[in-house]
Amino acid sequence: MTRRFGPTSPSPREVGFRVDRRTMLKGIAGAGALAAVPTLAACGGSSSPSGSSAPASSSGGAAASAGTGSAGGAGAAKGTITFGSNGSDAVPKAAYQAVADAFKAKNSGADVKINTVDHNTFQEQINSYLQGKPDDVFTWFAGYRMRFFAAKNLAGDISDVWQNIGADFSDAFKQASTGDDGKQYFVPIYNYPWAVFYRKSVFEKGGYTVPKTWDELKALATKMKGDGLAPVGFADKDGWPAMGTFDIINMRVNGYQFHVDLMAGKESWEDAKVKDVFSHWAELLQFSEQGALGRTWQEAAGNLKNKKSGMYVLGSFVGQQFTGADLEDLDFFAFPEINPEHGTDSIDAPIDGLMMAKKPKNEEGAKAFLTYVGSAEAENTYLKTDSNDVAANKQADTSGYNALQKKAAELIGASKNIAQFLDRDTRPDFASTVIIPSFQSFIKNPKDIDGLTKNIQSQAKSIFAS
Amino acid sequence: MATSTQQPAAPTAGAPAPRRRRGSRRFSGRDKLVLGLMLGVPTVLHVALVWLPAVLSVVLSFGKWDGIGGVSSIKWVGADNYHQIATNYPPFWPAVHHNLYWLGVLLLIGTPLGLFFAILLDKELKGSRFYQSALYTPVVLSLALVGFIWTLIYSNDQGLINNAFGSHVDWLGNPKVNIWAVLVAATWKHVGYIMVLYLAGLKSVDTSIKEASSIDGATEVQTFRYVVFPALRPVNVVVLVVTVIESLRAFDIVYILNGGTNGLELLSVLITQNILGEASRLGFGSAIAVILLVISLTFIITYLVNTFRREAES
Repeated sequence: MTRRFGPTSPSPREVGFRVDRRTMLKGIAGAGALAAVPTLAACGGSSSPSGSSAPASSSGGAAASAGTGSAGGAGAAKGTITFGSNGSDAVPKAAYQAVADAFKAKNSGADVKINTVDHNTFQEQINSYLQGKPDDVFTWFAGYRMRFFAAKNLAGDISDVWQNIGADFSDAFKQASTGDDGKQYFVPIYNYPWAVFYRKSVFEKGGYTVPKTWDELKALATKMKGDGLAPVGFADKDGWPAMGTFDIINMRVNGYQFHVDLMAGKESWEDAKVKDVFSHWAELLQFSEQGALGRTWQEAAGNLKNKKSGMYVLGSFVGQQFTGADLEDLDFFAFPEINPEHGTDSIDAPIDGLMMAKKPKNEEGAKAFLTYVGSAEAENTYLKTDSNDVAANKQADTSGYNALQKKAAELIGASKNIAQFLDRDTRPDFASTVIIPSFQSFIKNPKDIDGLTKNIQSQAKSIFAS
Repeated sequence: MATSTQQPAAPTAGAPAPRRRRGSRRFSGRDKLVLGLMLGVPTVLHVALVWLPAVLSVVLSFGKWDGIGGVSSIKWVGADNYHQIATNYPPFWPAVHHNLYWLGVLLLIGTPLGLFFAILLDKELKGSRFYQSALYTPVVLSLALVGFIWTLIYSNDQGLINNAFGSHVDWLGNPKVNIWAVLVAATWKHVGYIMVLYLAGLKSVDTSIKEASSIDGATEVQTFRYVVFPALRPVNVVVLVVTVIESLRAFDIVYILNGGTNGLELLSVLITQNILGEASRLGFGSAIAVILLVISLTFIITYLVNTFRREAES
């Protein structure tokens, strides 16, 4: 019997990051997290937010007078900068620490105090955290989730930081860091692509070739089935992994813009375009591992590793489950083309990074730190410790990348559009309370696409109306 | 209503002397102060920490609020949340059913099993100490841990059952199966709890009445049914209340197993999913919480009415 069971957290040695899902790793990690109660001023979901802080729109307090001439990165920062981090696993924790130490070495007058909170806890308490006494800077995600807090006036405008670091980032990254009002609120550190993973040795042995189109994919899957493999690995016990499959089929069929509009509630889920996505997905389900709803992504990765399944659509963190020769053998390709109009021009490659509080205690220091974090040097430092991701900064040193990282960087570079993943691109209440159960019921019963989309749309209407 | 001039009835032999009515005694000022503090402080705390939030939840359930900004940002929508829950929220009805299954299984299977084990252990069998510990262990474990243990047993590809028996049952992923699989785990924990309660009760039953009934020719079963079980009445009430509470607040085990989705929906999980975390549908979640409160109150009120009625009778 294998030793690696379902919901154990991956060993700290291998995990670079935890995918930002509150549903993830409920197991031991969750239990352990309860012991590690964060010492945050603003924790405790029970305190009613109404009394804790004045609405942020009250015209600038004393803190907001630091002016615009922010520190240009080197040698100007002073005082203590507090940094709320969700990097609670050993690897990201060490990586953030390394970045903070490097910053301190350059700014003798500054000190960075990192408050690390368990990943899921951090996410679940973000609302009360930001309304209470947030740290000067904090970890968060690009996309809708960032824009949401910017629009709610809970995040600090760091456009002037971007004037210093902007040249080092591609437009896609700048776009992903920009709020609805056209100002920047976010400094990207790294991202990681979603793709189709496979073992090179399995492909060699079976004489398989990487499929370029939907039909080739189906032909390959049929062949694999004949060879006794489960063609497509699949796991959705935690509810979020299936979002990756939906996203990529949606972008292949309807393109990036439709994905964005659908997530923003501007398109109807009853649209024929959405039904088309589900019918493609239903075809894929015939080749997918059965019993997905009782399987965690770690177990599905284990099946790929043990050569029980042939391919697996997941983020590059799937590599956490592979070591040594198995890791050497792991490879991936972009999800094949479905609609020639869109080719393979979009992928999900969620970006993690930092944001600044609305009224940081030490605004100048915070901006100096963010400027540093956006530099190639800082991202190199981060990725030296955490080697599962790809640096966001164009100038970052890629010579230290392993083969998978190099390929991931190429894939991201070759993609015209980068989506953030379903639950980062839409309202969190919609993603968690509507999409998860709906996709799970689709997996159980792929035949009733009309009923399903009708159901999603009626719930979407009531949620997006509020 | 104290009659100041009480005519003490002549005590008849055998009949108990009438108890003096409570409250007819005069308390000194200091007594009143002490009593007032002893009753008042807990009452204030209880109201402030239990009933006030409960009432506020009821109020909140008529609004829409994401918890950001002051109270002024709450949008009042009347009973719309309730309407949405009943008509436009697929997980709701399954959750109600699952809570009822939970109650049914614990009441009809878990509790009798616990009683059965308690009777066996009461017989002072060989090694009963060992059995007692073994059965009680799950109660001591946190439910989160219990959830984890059963994950290892039920896991589809790597779990104990499927590997040991070569079966291919998707214990946790198949929504028709998983609720029962989880109920086995919940029962496993519940049985130990009930067993300990009954064991304590059985130990306190006077052996002489058992002997008396067996001398009168009652069989073992009859003795239990007509003599011992009625003597356990106070324990039965406790067990009933504990079982109802346990099944209404069931949460952690399903939350660990799959986040309480896909056939493991429970009201408590739906509340958590909507209120905690980023979803922040405070009004909507409160409405579900109010529904759960109403269900709980039905049981509680029934129980209280019964108890008071019985007290009045005796």
